[in-house]
Amino acid sequence: MAYDPLVLLDAYRRMRAIREFEERMRREVQAGTVPGFVHLYCGQEAVAVGMCVHLRDSDYIGSTHRGHGHCIAKGCDIGEMLLEIYCKQGGLCNGKGGSMHIADLRKGMLGANAIVGASPPIAVGAALSQKTLGTDGVAVSFIGDGASNQGTVAEALNMAAVLKLPMIFLYENNGYAEFTGAGYHLGGGQIAKRAAAFGMPGEAVDGVDFFAVYDACARAVDRARRGEGPSAIEAIAMRWYGHFEGDMQLYRDPKEVDRLRANSDPLKKFEERATTEFGIQADELREIDEEIIELIDDKVAVAIAAPKPPREALYTDVYGSY
Amino acid sequence: MPVKSYREAITETLRQEMRRDKRVILMGEDIVGGMGGSSGVFEAAGGTFGVTAGLAAEFGRNRVIDTSITESAIVGAAGGAALTGLRPVAELMFIDFIGVCLDQILNQQAKFRYMFGGRCTVPVTIRTLMGAGYGAGPQHSASLHGMLASIAGIKVVTPSNAYDAKGLLATAIRDDDPVIFCEHKFLYGESCEVPDGEYLIPFGEANVTREGNQVTIVAFSRMVLLANKVADKLAKEGISVEVIDPRTASPLDKDSILESVEKTGRLVVIDEGGPYCGMASEIASLAACEAFESLKAPVQKITPPHTPVPASAELEQEWIPSLAKIEQAVRKTLNANLQKTG
Repeated sequence: MAYDPLVLLDAYRRMRAIREFEERMRREVQAGTVPGFVHLYCGQEAVAVGMCVHLRDSDYIGSTHRGHGHCIAKGCDIGEMLLEIYCKQGGLCNGKGGSMHIADLRKGMLGANAIVGASPPIAVGAALSQKTLGTDGVAVSFIGDGASNQGTVAEALNMAAVLKLPMIFLYENNGYAEFTGAGYHLGGGQIAKRAAAFGMPGEAVDGVDFFAVYDACARAVDRARRGEGPSAIEAIAMRWYGHFEGDMQLYRDPKEVDRLRANSDPLKKFEERATTEFGIQADELREIDEEIIELIDDKVAVAIAAPKPPREALYTDVYGSY
Repeated sequence: MPVKSYREAITETLRQEMRRDKRVILMGEDIVGGMGGSSGVFEAAGGTFGVTAGLAAEFGRNRVIDTSITESAIVGAAGGAALTGLRPVAELMFIDFIGVCLDQILNQQAKFRYMFGGRCTVPVTIRTLMGAGYGAGPQHSASLHGMLASIAGIKVVTPSNAYDAKGLLATAIRDDDPVIFCEHKFLYGESCEVPDGEYLIPFGEANVTREGNQVTIVAFSRMVLLANKVADKLAKEGISVEVIDPRTASPLDKDSILESVEKTGRLVVIDEGGPYCGMASEIASLAACEAFESLKAPVQKITPPHTPVPASAELEQEWIPSLAKIEQAVRKTLNANLQKTG
C-alpha cells in the first residue's frame, strides 16, 4: 500500500500527541492535580490513530474507559479535553463527564464509557443512523479485550450483521482486563476469530505497527462505506501502564513494561519505517514533538487555572425540558 | 368524533409521526414479523399485540426494522441512533425484559445529556408493555414505571385511555429526552373518542377524570379505569370522589395532586406497581411532606403485594388491586379522622 506523506505526518502528530498527553497525565496524577481516575493509552497509540486517520468528523466512534487516545485520534480539541479531565468550565462536557465519560459529538466521538461493553450497541445505533439517512459514513466501536466477552458485544455484532450496517468493531487487545490476563479471560483465545461466527471478516493485526493497523482499517472502512457491511479487527498492543493510573500492577512482571518500551514502542516503530521507507525526515518529526510538548504544557496550565463549574451546574442539563 | 381503541390510537400516532418526520424509525422484535420464515408472508406479526401492523407496508422495512431478540442491542442502538440524527421508537416487548437491557437506559440514555454537559439531545422513545391480568406469569406481567421514574434523565409515561395514548405518544416522539412509554396490555381493547388530527398532551399535566370533593384517588394506567368505576358507584350513594390520573409518572404533576388533597383532605393511591419505593409510596410521601396540614385521614395505598405476579389465574386476580379493595379503602378513609393536636 502507498502512504501519503501528509497522512503519515498527520498520523505521527496524533500519536505523539497521545503519548505526550498520557505521559503528562501520568505525572499530573502522581503530583495529585488530576481528580478521579484516568486510564492511560500509552503503547496503543497506533490503534486509535491507524483507524481514525481514515475517518471524517461525520463518522462516529464509540470508546472505552481508556478513551483519551480515541478522542485525540478523532480530532477532539486537546485544551477542551484537559478542561474536562480537570472537571472545569469549558471542558468538552462542562466538567460533568470527566475522563471516563468524555465525549464530543461535533467530532463524532460518542463518548468514553465507564460501563465495560456498553458502547458497542450505541455505536451500532450510529451506524444505523448512517444507513437510514443514506450517508456513506461509518461507525467504529473500540472494544477492549475485557469488554469483548460481554454479551452486549455479541448482540451488537449480531445486529450489525443482520442489518448489514457500516460498522467496524475494533478490538483492542492490550493484554489485560483490569487485573486479569487475556491468556485467562478470553474463551477461545483469539477475539478476531469470533467475527466469523457472525459472517463478517475478522483479522488480527500487530497493534504496535501503525502500518498494519492502517492497512486493516482501510479495508474495513472501505468495505463499510461501500455498503458491504461490518468487519472486525483485533489489534494486539499491550498497555504500558496499569488499568488506571495508580494501579499497583501486582499481576504483572515489572520487566514486561521495560521490554515493551524497548521493543514495542509504536512511535519508534513508526519512525523507523517512515524515515527509511517513505521519505519522512526525522527533523520533521522532532519539530512535531516540540510543538506537541509546548501545546500540552500550555493547555495543562490553562486547565489547572480554569474555573470550576458553578454550583448551579449541578442541576442543569438533566433533561432538555422537564 | 370517531371512537378508537387504545391500540388503534397508538398505531395511528406512529403512522402520523412517521409521515411527519422521516427521522422517526421503529425497531423491535417482530414488529413486522415473517423475515426468514418459509411462508413468504410480508407481515407475519405487526407486533405481538398488533400495534405496528400495516406500518412496514407504508414505510418499508428500512424504517420499520425487525430485530433479533437482543434487547441490549435494540435499546442501545436506539440510543446511539438518537444521538446521531434519528428519532427512534424502540419496542421492548414486555417491560420485564428491561432486566436484560437496563444499563442502556440507566447508565447510558438517562445520563448522556448530563454527562456530555448538555451538548446533545436524546430523542428516543421506548414503547413497552406493562401490566398483569393475562395469566402470563412472573416474567411477562410486571409494572415497573415506578422503578423507572426514580431514574433522573428519563421520562415515564403511563396512558390510561386511547385519547391520552395518542397525545402523549406524539409528545414522546417529538420530545428531545428519552421517554419510556408504558402501554398497559389490558387497555388495548378499550375505546373512547379520539380525533383524527394531530394533537399533543404535555408531560407533567394530570387529567382529572372525575371531579369530587370528599376523597381524592390518584391512579395510574389501567388503575384509572377501576378508580373511575368506584367513583361512579359511590357517587350514587352521594359520596363525591375525585380521580386524578397523573398520565406521566415522571415528570409528576405534584400541583394537581396537592390541590386536590388540600380540597378533600383524604387520599387513596392506587397503583399496579409494588408497595415499596413505587409511585404509591411516592404520592403518599408527597401528601405527607407537602399537604400534611390538610390530611383528615391516613393515606390509603392500594397496590399489589410485595411479590412477583403469579401465573395462577386465581392468585393473579388476588394480586391485582380490585374494585372491592379500592371501594373499601375509600370508605375507610371517609370513616377515619386524624386527631391532630398543637
